[in-house]
Amino acid sequence: MTAPLLDVRGLKVQFGGHTAAVRGASLSLRKGETHCLVGESGCGKSVTALAVMGLLARGARRQAEVLSFAGQDLRNLSEGRMSRLRGDRMAMIFQEPMTSLNPAYTVGSQMTEVLRRHRGTPRAQAVDRAAELLGRVGITAPGMRLGQFPHQLSGGLRQRVMIAMALMCEPELLVADEPTTALDVTVQAQILRLLAALQRELGLGILLITHDLGIVARIADRVSVMYAGEVVESAPTAQLFAAPRHPYTRGLLSCVPVPGKVRRDEPLGSIPGVVPRLPPGFQGCAFRDRCPHAAPACAGPVPRQPAGPEHEFLCTLPPDWVRRAEAA
Amino acid sequence: MTRFLLRRLAVALLVAMTVLTLSFMLTRLSGDLAISIAGPNATQEDVELIRRAYGLDRPLTVQYFDWIGRAVLGDFGTSYFFRERVSTLIGSRLPITLTLGLVGLGIALVVAIPLGIIAAVREGSWVDRAVMLVALVGQAMPSFWLGLLLMVVLGLQLQWLPISGTGSWEHFVMPGIVLAFSAIPALMRLTRSGMVEALASDYIRTARAKGLTRLSILAKHALRNAAIPVVSIAAVQLGFMLGGSIVIETVFALHGVGFLAWESISKNDFPVVQAVVLVLALIYIGLTLLADLLNAVLDPRLRA
Repeated sequence: MTAPLLDVRGLKVQFGGHTAAVRGASLSLRKGETHCLVGESGCGKSVTALAVMGLLARGARRQAEVLSFAGQDLRNLSEGRMSRLRGDRMAMIFQEPMTSLNPAYTVGSQMTEVLRRHRGTPRAQAVDRAAELLGRVGITAPGMRLGQFPHQLSGGLRQRVMIAMALMCEPELLVADEPTTALDVTVQAQILRLLAALQRELGLGILLITHDLGIVARIADRVSVMYAGEVVESAPTAQLFAAPRHPYTRGLLSCVPVPGKVRRDEPLGSIPGVVPRLPPGFQGCAFRDRCPHAAPACAGPVPRQPAGPEHEFLCTLPPDWVRRAEAA
Repeated sequence: MTRFLLRRLAVALLVAMTVLTLSFMLTRLSGDLAISIAGPNATQEDVELIRRAYGLDRPLTVQYFDWIGRAVLGDFGTSYFFRERVSTLIGSRLPITLTLGLVGLGIALVVAIPLGIIAAVREGSWVDRAVMLVALVGQAMPSFWLGLLLMVVLGLQLQWLPISGTGSWEHFVMPGIVLAFSAIPALMRLTRSGMVEALASDYIRTARAKGLTRLSILAKHALRNAAIPVVSIAAVQLGFMLGGSIVIETVFALHGVGFLAWESISKNDFPVVQAVVLVLALIYIGLTLLADLLNAVLDPRLRA
């Protein structure tokens, strides 16, 4: 097995000492793999991504047992060294294409500065590269677009520009934080197809953050389900959909209508309650207040258990509990 | 861009016309001009003589259009007090006021923008609080008092700078500092709040995700967006400095337009008063137009 491109173990992020946004999250991503991080709003997905990129806001505290990218330990890297990695070998795109581009500069200026910063490429060559990438992400008349300002582009176009900009230096890792959430459904599909195609062609590792299980099913190789700052279950996509183990994962999947499985006379599933805000030092399973299978043991230490090849879940229930429950 | 320019120009022209009308009306509203020109000891015949001599016996509308017709050509008549063409009078005083205003604005920008940026970058820290305290003190301090203070310290005790007159560039330093002080707080606060807002924005997160240097993030990406309100206010401040430098010009014995305005108001020299108001207003309008254009350069969304 090859060494992971991105390896995160025991990641913790705290804001101001009273909220633990991420509480020991672990995930790893191989070169050329699409890894989806799913969960409800407020479960720490975006904070995890920002922590990996070293983009947390001031006042946030990051700790990790392991945080490495391409064999390089990121934990104690200075901001200067980190900024040399960002945009060059690891890139990120965001949920808000409308506001993520600087309104005062042209598309071309914002794209070329990445190459000029990391490679010192002369302007003319950088412009060529930008035009080439705009074409690659499916933007027609790239030459014209390069001279335009963000407010002259639609949301879908802006997200394409963001993707093209992220690819300027041929990164090995692309972190995409809900890149399609703010877009129309048709545009969403186009962007997802584009990401999948780019990944195949460029051997890009993608960490895709989403709350949309439909997206996961379509493009993920691996899925990590996050709840209240922890990865509660992680598995290859097919495995996760076929045999989810964590009650939270099962709850999430029951909320999604699947043709052929859903019946008209039965309501879709839902998980009552919301993701809690947990103080640092919280003990036990964070899902226990919303879990239909909660038991007294859930307040104690929760084991991380294997449930198949590369399939882990974080729960006090035994790995074969689903089968036992169905047999009973 | 052309449409934007034309629209701004049209607005500027309308405002200029309004000012022209207002400055005419204000002088006529302040009492019977013939009586005040003639003085307290004049007889009724003297007043009538003056009224005819200055054309004040004509209907107001005739006077108004006559005045506008001349004003458009740069002819503001003759000063009653100085016995000089008003245009020459203003022409000789304006460079002093303009120099003073530009020096003041220059000092203000050089001080306020870096301090505002530092305060924003260190938002909430003691540096931020110290800078805002200075802004508060600056806002609370009367300019004539600061002027006198500087004269005592820099002029009389240390003897670094001349305390009055307009002989050399050094004469403009102290009044420039005093003028700047009144503009610094607003400019600094705006720079700070603009930068705080810009730095919290999504495009700055993108700039960081691109691995840009700190300098590029601050100076290129944040400052450009934060500068837009600062430019507008700087133009207004310069307008204030030019029109409101009466106190400073008096304290430092600078014979600029502000001083001229004060003299002519106290002498009831209404052609001068009218012209000064008009010239300052036109400069103000020009500055606002300039600020609009600069903002359109800074923010492409404004060019529509």
